[in-house]
Order: sequence, then C-alpha cells, then structure tokens
Amino acid sequence: MNIINFTPVSAFLGGSLIGLAIILFFVLNGRLIGISGIANNLLNTKNNRLDNFLFLMGLILGPIIYKLFTQEEISISISNSFSLLALAGLLVGAGTRIGGGCTSGHGISGIGRFSLRSIVATTTFMTVGILTVLIKNIM
Amino acid sequence: MTRITSLISGIIFGIGLTISEMIDPAKVLDFLNIFADWDPSLAFVMIGALIISSPFFHLFKNNKKPIFAVSFCYSNNKELNKKLVIGSSLFGVGWGLGGLCPGPAIASLALFNIKSVVFVAAMFAGFYLVKLSDTTTHAR
Repeated sequence: MNIINFTPVSAFLGGSLIGLAIILFFVLNGRLIGISGIANNLLNTKNNRLDNFLFLMGLILGPIIYKLFTQEEISISISNSFSLLALAGLLVGAGTRIGGGCTSGHGISGIGRFSLRSIVATTTFMTVGILTVLIKNIM
Repeated sequence: MTRITSLISGIIFGIGLTISEMIDPAKVLDFLNIFADWDPSLAFVMIGALIISSPFFHLFKNNKKPIFAVSFCYSNNKELNKKLVIGSSLFGVGWGLGGLCPGPAIASLALFNIKSVVFVAAMFAGFYLVKLSDTTTHAR
C-alpha cells in the first residue's frame, strides 16, 4: 500500500461543513440527512416535496457558489464508459433503497446516532466497494 | 421557514463536498483502492462530519420539537436483516464501479458533466424500480 494524494485538512474541513449541514437540517427541520432518502422521497412521495427539492437544488448550488467566491476551477474526472456508469447508477439507486441509506444516511447520520444497523450497512458497502475496486484492478 | 433552511443546508452540504473534493469520483475511487495507491481522505471527511454532528444528535434526542417543524421525523429502524446487507452490498458494487454515491453525484450536476447526468438518471431509475417492486409485493 502506498499513500497518495492525501489531503487531511481540506477533507476534515469539508467533512465538518457536511456535519454542520446535517445538524441544521436536524435541529431546525427535524429530519436526518441521507441524500438517497431525500432524492428518493422527491421522486416517490408527496411529503415535504418542496423541502426535498430545495435541499437538492442547494446541493447543486453549493459547488457553483464555491466557484464564484474562490474563482477556483472544480475539476472532476469520470473515466468510466456510459454503460458502466448507467449500471453503477442503477445499483446505487436500487441498493441504497433496499438497504435504507447511503454514505451520508448510514455513514454519518446513522453512525452519529450509534445505530448498529448503520454500522453494519457502512461496513458492508465499504468492504464491497473496496473488493469491487480490487477486482476491477485485477481484470 | 423549513424551505429556506432546506436550501441553506443543501448549499452547505454541497460546499463541503467541494472543499473535501469528494465531488470527484477519482478521489473516492482512490479511497477504495486500499490495496494499491490509497488516498485516506474520505475517512477524514467522515470523521469531521461525525465529530461535528454526533454530539447534537444526542443533545437534541430528548427535545420534543425541532425549531421550525412540528415534530422530529426520521426512521428509528433497528432491524438487522438480509435486506440491509443485500442492499448495502449492491450499493457497494455500484459505488466501487463508478466512484459516485448519491450526494456527490447530484452535486456534480453543477459541473455540467454529461456522465454525472447519466449516472443520476440511472440512480433515479433504481429508486423507481425498488418502489415499483415494493408496490407489487404489497399488492399481492
């Protein structure tokens, strides 16, 4: 194992902001953030539909506002083919609904409440994600 | 009021994903690449988020009412079952294939990357398929 591109300070800082967003949504609106849950509710239920929509709009506005203030380009690289991404998207969508949460819902909101269910879910998707990358590297 | 706080909370979350670079699937895949060239940053994002948020969950646990809404509303499901493990495993495969999970995928729509759009559309199709199969099962 080699450690590469490790950015502990910006990771911790960005993570703290994510934590702050989760607290605000919890203390003010009384709800727990799981992005897959909010996105699914926007699609499949009428409850809090406008709140869910505005939250997701904010999520998209975040990077744009960051760019406006810092004048920094945000660069991302997605090297996968369209068909692989479509398959990945389908698995992430179905998997997070069947398992009841994603990286934010189980990984932060759930673990933060010391929920055993979320600890099991997070350990599972992390382990399977690591194995998937390992297998991808071998193939 | 919950509308404004929803928007603000989303914006802060999106800025957090940008500063931590979790918006970049390549960085997330490097975190999952633990047996070769490993970038541990994602763990620090989770630690940061947990240190900030966790005390508040416990402080507000016994409060009757959130500030702007009528009542607290979230799942307190404690069930450990096959669905949890199967669903999380499917999510893990998708996450490992693309390096995208729901938050960063939606935030990255800001960058007008056509590949993010394809991923997010497929993810919503996944939500819909599960909803569809749940409805059919319940109707039986």
